[in-house]
Amino acid sequence: MNTTTDVTTDARADARAAQIADEAGERRFNELLASESRVEPSDWMPEGYRKTLIRQISQHGHSEIIGMQPESNWIARAPSLKRKAILMAKVQDEAGHGLYLYSAAQTLGVDRETMFDQLITGKAKYSSIFNYTTPTWADMGSIGWLVDGAAICNQVPLCRVSYGPYGRAMVRICKEESFHQRQGFEILLELMRGTDAQKEMAQESVNRWYAPALMMFGPPDEDSPNSKQSMAWNIKRFSNDDLRQRFVDMLVPQAEILGVTLPDAALRWNEERGHYDFGDLDWSEFHEVLAGRGPANTIRVSRRREAHENGAWVREAARAYADAQAESRRGLVA
Amino acid sequence: MTSPGDSGMRETWPLWEVFVRASRGLSHVHAGSLHAPDEIMAVRNARDLYTRRAEGVSVWVVRAAAITASDPDAKDSFFESPQGKEYRHATYYTESDAVPHL
Ligand SMILES: [Fe+2]
Ligand SMILES: [Fe+2]
Repeated sequence: MNTTTDVTTDARADARAAQIADEAGERRFNELLASESRVEPSDWMPEGYRKTLIRQISQHGHSEIIGMQPESNWIARAPSLKRKAILMAKVQDEAGHGLYLYSAAQTLGVDRETMFDQLITGKAKYSSIFNYTTPTWADMGSIGWLVDGAAICNQVPLCRVSYGPYGRAMVRICKEESFHQRQGFEILLELMRGTDAQKEMAQESVNRWYAPALMMFGPPDEDSPNSKQSMAWNIKRFSNDDLRQRFVDMLVPQAEILGVTLPDAALRWNEERGHYDFGDLDWSEFHEVLAGRGPANTIRVSRRREAHENGAWVREAARAYADAQAESRRGLVA
Repeated sequence: MTSPGDSGMRETWPLWEVFVRASRGLSHVHAGSLHAPDEIMAVRNARDLYTRRAEGVSVWVVRAAAITASDPDAKDSFFESPQGKEYRHATYYTESDAVPHL
């Protein structure tokens, strides 16, 4: 039997051993980052790294899941069977992206029920772009071209993030995303080749989505205090403003091919910088939407909650059926 | 011993690891994971989640809890044995570099 002193000594020895293990783990972690290698779930990692990743990956997953809503809104009303099938395939991809990301987040020790809960109780954030509404068919074009386009711009560098499961999910996602942007571009292209009313519909939609799409990269660098640490951890590879610039530079020639005008009076080529200059964005709008006061925040979360709650009996019944099957197999064996 | 990614009974459905064979003659390769109530649903979900673009001709699913992995804390000593044994690689034998078909 241990005396009190022995217990204290043991506890001290344990604490010391844990500290030594932590120090070794931290050294190893820093080596992995320095050599651009990957951190895997069973490796030691700083608490801040784990927490930041859980937040980033789960928010990303939530965005994919909520992101299905503005488009599913149009599946039944898409103008042809082909367009319905394409839109359905895209929305199905987004569901898959959500699942890949939730799985990646789970490897960090958060469970899926917790993430679902945070989403349907409005505690979790997701990309504020999905709080805008989709009143016209052209919005399916704008979402694909601008929203998926911005997402790709953001996601391609994330294929090389330091956390292995996240990087692997991003590789899979990026492979699937490229069709999303192209199908959106072609929706707009087809409208721009159509009647005056169709052209007008396309332009009006681009007018609404352009600025929110640019804001998807997040606030300007000087207002993005956590970016530096994330870049040091290799879980963010380029700054918000760099990615935004890269996106604008890609958009301008694409808009010319479409024949749409990007709604930005300040947009012009800057010979000196070798980039397009563009106008200031309305960040008060961004913060309003982020704070829950966008056009569709309430409906997005309540739809998600309804779907989750209405599906509860299916999940439970399937579980009960599987348990019963397993039980009767055990009965047969015995 | 650990089972990668298993969260025990906290989830309504257990976690499964998915392996996909891209075409005949290739190995099944780990593609990712998913939740499903039983193996039949796991195989179906795996098809829907990991082979929407004809990525596979066959899928395996294994309960994450049934996988035994090497102890992550013991990795240095556990994988020590091949170290310093370069003679297990053909490249170790340089004298024969110039000899044809060897
Ligand atoms: Fe996606
Ligand atoms: Fe997408």
